[in-house]
Amino acid sequence: MTDTYTKLANSPIGKLITNQVGLPRPTILERWSPGDATIGGRVLLGAAPGGRLAGDVATVIASFGATASTELRDDLRTAAAAAGLDAAVWNAEVPGDARFKALVFDATGITDSTQLRELHAFFHPVVRRTQPCSRVVVLGTAPEDTGSPREATAQRALEGFTRSLGKEIGGGSTVQLVYVAPGAEANLASTLRFLLSARSAYVSGQVVRVGKAAGKVPAVDLHRPLDGKVALVTGASRGIGAAIASVLARDGAHIVGLDIPPLADDLAAVTGALGGSSLTCDITAADAPQTIAAFLKEAHGTVDIVVHNAGITQDRTLARMKPERWDRVLDINLSAEERIDDVLLEEGVLAAGSRIVCVSSIAGIAGNNGQTNYGTSKAGVAGMVQALAPVLAKQRITINAVAPGFIETQMTAAVPIAIREAGRRMNSMSQGGLPVDVAEAIAWLAAPDSGGLNGNVVRVCGQSLLGA
Amino acid sequence: MITNLRKVAVVGGNRIPFARSNSAYASASNQDMLTAALDGLVARHGLEGERLGEVVAGAVLKHSRDFNLTRESVMGTRLSADTPAYDVQQACGTGLQAAILVANKIALGQIDAGIAGGVDTTSDAPLAVGDDLRHLLIKLNNARSNTDRLKVLAGVRPGMIVPAIPRNEEPRTGLSMGEHQARTGARWGVTREEQDELTARSHANLAAAYDRGFQDDLVTPYLGLERDQNLRPNSSVEKLAKLKPVFGGPDGTMTAGNSTPLSDGAAAVLLASDEWAQERGLPVLAHLVTGETAAVDYVGGDEGLLMAPAYAVPRMLDRVGLTLQDFDIYEIHEAFASQVLSTLKAWEDAVFCSERLGRSEPLGAIDRSKLNVNGSSLAAGHPFAATGGRIVAAAAKELHERGGGRALISICAAGGQGVVAILEK
Repeated sequence: MTDTYTKLANSPIGKLITNQVGLPRPTILERWSPGDATIGGRVLLGAAPGGRLAGDVATVIASFGATASTELRDDLRTAAAAAGLDAAVWNAEVPGDARFKALVFDATGITDSTQLRELHAFFHPVVRRTQPCSRVVVLGTAPEDTGSPREATAQRALEGFTRSLGKEIGGGSTVQLVYVAPGAEANLASTLRFLLSARSAYVSGQVVRVGKAAGKVPAVDLHRPLDGKVALVTGASRGIGAAIASVLARDGAHIVGLDIPPLADDLAAVTGALGGSSLTCDITAADAPQTIAAFLKEAHGTVDIVVHNAGITQDRTLARMKPERWDRVLDINLSAEERIDDVLLEEGVLAAGSRIVCVSSIAGIAGNNGQTNYGTSKAGVAGMVQALAPVLAKQRITINAVAPGFIETQMTAAVPIAIREAGRRMNSMSQGGLPVDVAEAIAWLAAPDSGGLNGNVVRVCGQSLLGA
Repeated sequence: MITNLRKVAVVGGNRIPFARSNSAYASASNQDMLTAALDGLVARHGLEGERLGEVVAGAVLKHSRDFNLTRESVMGTRLSADTPAYDVQQACGTGLQAAILVANKIALGQIDAGIAGGVDTTSDAPLAVGDDLRHLLIKLNNARSNTDRLKVLAGVRPGMIVPAIPRNEEPRTGLSMGEHQARTGARWGVTREEQDELTARSHANLAAAYDRGFQDDLVTPYLGLERDQNLRPNSSVEKLAKLKPVFGGPDGTMTAGNSTPLSDGAAAVLLASDEWAQERGLPVLAHLVTGETAAVDYVGGDEGLLMAPAYAVPRMLDRVGLTLQDFDIYEIHEAFASQVLSTLKAWEDAVFCSERLGRSEPLGAIDRSKLNVNGSSLAAGHPFAATGGRIVAAAAKELHERGGGRALISICAAGGQGVVAILEK
C-alpha cells in the first residue's frame, strides 16, 4: 500500500539522485487535519471585469479567516470591504516576494472569446508565485446558463484552461473550474471550503457545477460541518469505506457502518472506534433495503447521509467472463444501490435535506481492460446520479458521485507492479491518492451547506491521464 | 485654574541647511547644530536676552553625555539663561511632538511663548562599547585593589573591543526601516515609477522654493552650506530610474533616490500666544490647531511599520469635524516615497478604511498638486528629529503667504508611530 518511490525520491539521497537523473519527484501532498486553517496561506482574489461573484467569494474567504490579497481594482476593493475581507493589494508590477497558497479567479465577467485574455493577464504573473500544494479555482457560468452563444463559447473555453494549467502547475497544486449558476452565489461556501483547502489534495482538473438550492443555506461549523448528522456508509469495514466513516465522523457525523456478515468483526472495530453503530447485511439480499430502512428508522428515524461505497471487482476479459461474475458485480455495484435508495425514499428515511453520495470509478469513465463488468456498473452509477438528481431536487435531496482514480488500497496493492506503477504515475500528482482523499470529497458532497451540488461526478484521481 | 484655551501661533522658524551624512557637518555635534538653529531663530525674531516659557527639543541619536542637550544648547544661545528646557524623543516624530507639547502649554496659558525643535547627526553618532566590555569596565571601576583590577582585566577578550554601532533597525524585528517599508510598499502595490515621480517633484518643488526666496527667512547658512546638500534641482524621473534598488531585494522598487539619505541638521520653530506675538510686532504665520499621535502593531500585528499616520489622521479629522479634502496643503513627510504613497493609497482604499479604520467610506484621494508644495524630506534630507521643525515652519509660512488656508502635517516614526497636526490661517 505504500508508495515507496515517492518516499525514496523525497529522501536526501533520493533528491540528489532524482535531480541528477532527471526522474520525477512527486510532491508529498499536504492533507488537512482538524485544527488546520482552511487555507494554509495567502489567497489571491482576482476577477475579469463585470464578474458577479467577487463579493460572495470575498465573504466566504473572510469566513475562513484567511489572509488575502486582491488585485488593485475599485470593484474588487469595494467588494472585499463590503465582505469584511481585510485584503492586501496585489499589483503584478510590484510583486515583491509575494507567494500565494490559493488563487481564485472570477471569470463570470467573460462574455466573449476575446475576453479570455483576462485569464492570461491574471494568472501569468502569479502562476510561478504559488506555494507547494496550492489551490487554483476558476469560477464561471455554465454554458447552458449563459445568455448568448458567444458567452457560452467563452465559458466553455475555461475548461481547457483549467485542465491544462492543472497539468503544468506541478508541486502538488490543483486546478479546478467551478460553474456557478446565476442565483447560486450563496451556495458556494462548501465548495470553496473543499477546493481551497488541503482536503482536496488529490482532486484536480475537475469541473464542478454549483446550482441554486431551495431554501436558506445552513451555517456550518468550519471544523465540524456534519455535526449532528447520521451517515450510512456501505462497505465501511475496510479501505476507502473505513476512511469515509472516519472522515465523516471526524466532521461530526454519527456513523452507521454496513458490511457483509463475514466482515462483522472488522466493521465493529471501525464503527466502535468512531462511536458509531454497525449493521451487517448483504446489500444484494432481497430484504436488504427493508432491513436497512428498519434499522435506520428504529435507531434514528431518518438518515441524513447515505454513502454507497460497497463495491467489488471480478476482473476477466469479456470472452472469459462467466455470467455469474457479470451479475455479481452489476448487482452489488449498481442495482443494489438503486433498490436501497428506492426503499429509503419510499419509507421517508431519506428525507428533505439529505444527501446521497455514490462511489463511481475512473474505470467507469475511461474503461479498463478486464473490467467490462466493473466499468459498466460504475458508468451506471454516474448515470444514476445524473438521472436522479433532477428528480430528487424536488424533495431537496441531492445525489452526487465521486470517481476515484488510483487510490493506494489493498485492492490496488494486488495489481502487478508494472501496471501499478503506471497507474500511480500517470496523473498530474505523479502518485496514487489515499483513501482519505476520496473520503474528503464525499464529506464535502455530504455537507449540509452543499445543497447546491446535485448530479456532479467528481473525480478523485490527481487529474489522471485516463479518461480525461 | 484652566481658563479658556488660547490660540497658538506659529511665529516663525529657522533651520540650518541639512547636510548629507559625513560631509559638511561631519565635525559638528548635535549641540553645535541645535545651538546654531536656535540662535538663528533668536536673531530673526529679536529674542536676545528674552526669557521664554520653555524650549523643547530632542535628538534621536544622542550621546549619553547629552542628557540635557536642549538646556545645554539654550545656554549657548543669546536667549536669557533663565529659559528652561527639556529633551523629548519620539524618533522621527520628535520635532512635531515637541511643537505639540509647547503648543499645549501655550493653549492652556501655562506659558506665553516657547521654541520647539530637533537636531540629529548621523556623522557624529554615539558609539557604545558592547555589553560584555561595559559590564567589565563597571567592575573595573568598582574594584578596590590593584590585584582585583588585574583579575578583572584578565577577563578582557578580543571580541569585546568591537563597538556597538547604532543601527537603523527596529529592535523587535531586526529589519531596517527601509526593509519594513519595502514590505508595506509591496502590500500596497506601490510602483517604482510612482516613487520616482514623487521624488523628482520633491526636488523640483524644493529647488523652486529656494529660487523664489521662500527659504530666505527659514534657513540660515551654516558651515559653508547655504542650501540643503541633498537637493538635486535637476533630478528627473529618467535619472532616478537608473538607480539600483536598495531595499526589498533585487526586484525592489526603493532606491537611494526615492528613500531619504542619512543626514545632519537642526530646526526650530517659535510658538506663542497671539498677544505675545502682537506685543512684539511679530507675525502670526498660522495657528497650530491640534495634533494627534497613533501607534500600530507592526510586530505581532499585520500593519506596516510606517503606517501609523494613516490611523492618526482620520482620528484627528473626526475629532475636529474635517474631511481629508478640507485642506489647502498637505505636508506628508517623505521618509520614503513609498511611505507617502502607501499612506495615500490606504486612505483611498475601501478595504483599509472599512476593515482597519472602521469607516463606511474611504477617506478618498487628495489633490496631489497640494502635496509637499515646497518639497519635503526626499529633497531636503531628513535629520530625524529636525524634520518636524522644518515642516511646521514651512507649512505655516506657506499659509501666511497665501493669506489663509489649512495645512495637514503627517510624520511617520520608528516603533510604528505617527504624529500628525493641523495648521490653520
